[in-house]
Amino acid sequence: MPVQYEGIRHEHVAVRTRAGLFDVSHMGQVETRGPDAEAFLQRVLSNDVSKIQPGGAQYSVLCKEDGGVLDDLFTYRLDDGSFLTVTNAANHERDFAWLAEHAEQFDATVTDAAERYAMLALQGPDARAILARHIDAEAPPRMRTARMRVAGADCLVCGTGYTGEDGVELLVAPDDSAAVWDALTGGGATPAGLGARDTLRLEVCFHLYGNDLSEDRNPIEAGLGWCCKLDTGFVGSDALRDLEPAELLVPFAFTGPGIPRPGNPVHTEHGGGTVTSGTLSPCLDTGIGMAYVPAAARAPGTPIEIDVRGKPRAAEVRERPLYKDQG
Amino acid sequence: MAGETYPDDLGYHPEHDWARIEGEEATFGITWFAQDQLGEVVFFDPPEVGSTTSANEPYAEVESVKAVSDVVAPLSGEIVAVNDALSDSPEKVNDDPYGEGWLVRVKLGDASEVDALLDADAYRKLLAAESSE
Repeated sequence: MPVQYEGIRHEHVAVRTRAGLFDVSHMGQVETRGPDAEAFLQRVLSNDVSKIQPGGAQYSVLCKEDGGVLDDLFTYRLDDGSFLTVTNAANHERDFAWLAEHAEQFDATVTDAAERYAMLALQGPDARAILARHIDAEAPPRMRTARMRVAGADCLVCGTGYTGEDGVELLVAPDDSAAVWDALTGGGATPAGLGARDTLRLEVCFHLYGNDLSEDRNPIEAGLGWCCKLDTGFVGSDALRDLEPAELLVPFAFTGPGIPRPGNPVHTEHGGGTVTSGTLSPCLDTGIGMAYVPAAARAPGTPIEIDVRGKPRAAEVRERPLYKDQG
Repeated sequence: MAGETYPDDLGYHPEHDWARIEGEEATFGITWFAQDQLGEVVFFDPPEVGSTTSANEPYAEVESVKAVSDVVAPLSGEIVAVNDALSDSPEKVNDDPYGEGWLVRVKLGDASEVDALLDADAYRKLLAAESSE
């Protein structure tokens, strides 16, 4: 996927106001099948996998024993004993090795399915209307998934995405993906690139692995405690129990000029921190980002200062999401 | 966005900056190529009036949504004006890189440096050479 087609702001606004189409085929897929598929995924994924109904979807993180995050992922339950998990491209090989190793103790088979799928994300308020012209069934609602034909191609249609807008993600055989792309862009979806994907997810405070999540950060300090169900006994859960992190990931916005970038030092009256994601928000027209700061500086409204290449810039901690749909 | 042009009345620096020499002063900006590489300019952080520029050294930053880029001074001098209009409309750098998208105006410190700048033909050849690498 290119960084941009026509321009990041143009593509960003298209997704917020109409619909954009992302080619996210770089993302990986892992299939898990077998009588113990659910028990195995319950052991490795942080969320309560037993809560996913057939045709359902769930967000979770994959943790090491020490609670460090290996990846953040969406898992779809295709039927009782069959799951599909979507990995981040840069982590896919490591994730698959980790899953395969841990699956050995279970009656479950994990398969690297990354080569079998292309993936398109159709996102925005008009996404479902555009999709509706190319399907002859009802598209699955938010956080649900269904297999159907889209523009003649067999697709797994998922009511998920990572932009903060309604929409779907389509998993399709690589040979069919160009036809689906052409049908959806021909139907009015604006091609959108990696740059807009980053600004869209940051406006709604979705994490990006490698920026906001890493092996050195646990999901509690990253603000992902909501998807960590400690009583399921997942790998890493013991390390996360009763944790009171010294630092927390918080969203922030500049109150004056400037654009924060990853790595910028943060100064607060409670100590220092670090920006992990930063950009200019196309919708808010101000610098926004996420940063790890001392826990005492977590409250929305707390003034902070960000050192942007030697220049102090005024900012304040905000509530998530940074951008809320105005409609 | 403007079409690709490199006006003949400007001097060019290999780091993709231009200077329009007017007596003892000069106006600086970035070239069409530079703004095209950067994409939509969303922020220009102007230097202080009264600060100095040194030829071949960064004196300001322009940012797109995705990236920040140093702006290198084509000539040495003292900044006598900055383009304040860019704080509200940084996209002028894309729309009109040689006109309303100018960055700073400088009182030149060393007139002999002007001879080191490229003319438009030489700059176009440099771009052609860079793109064929």
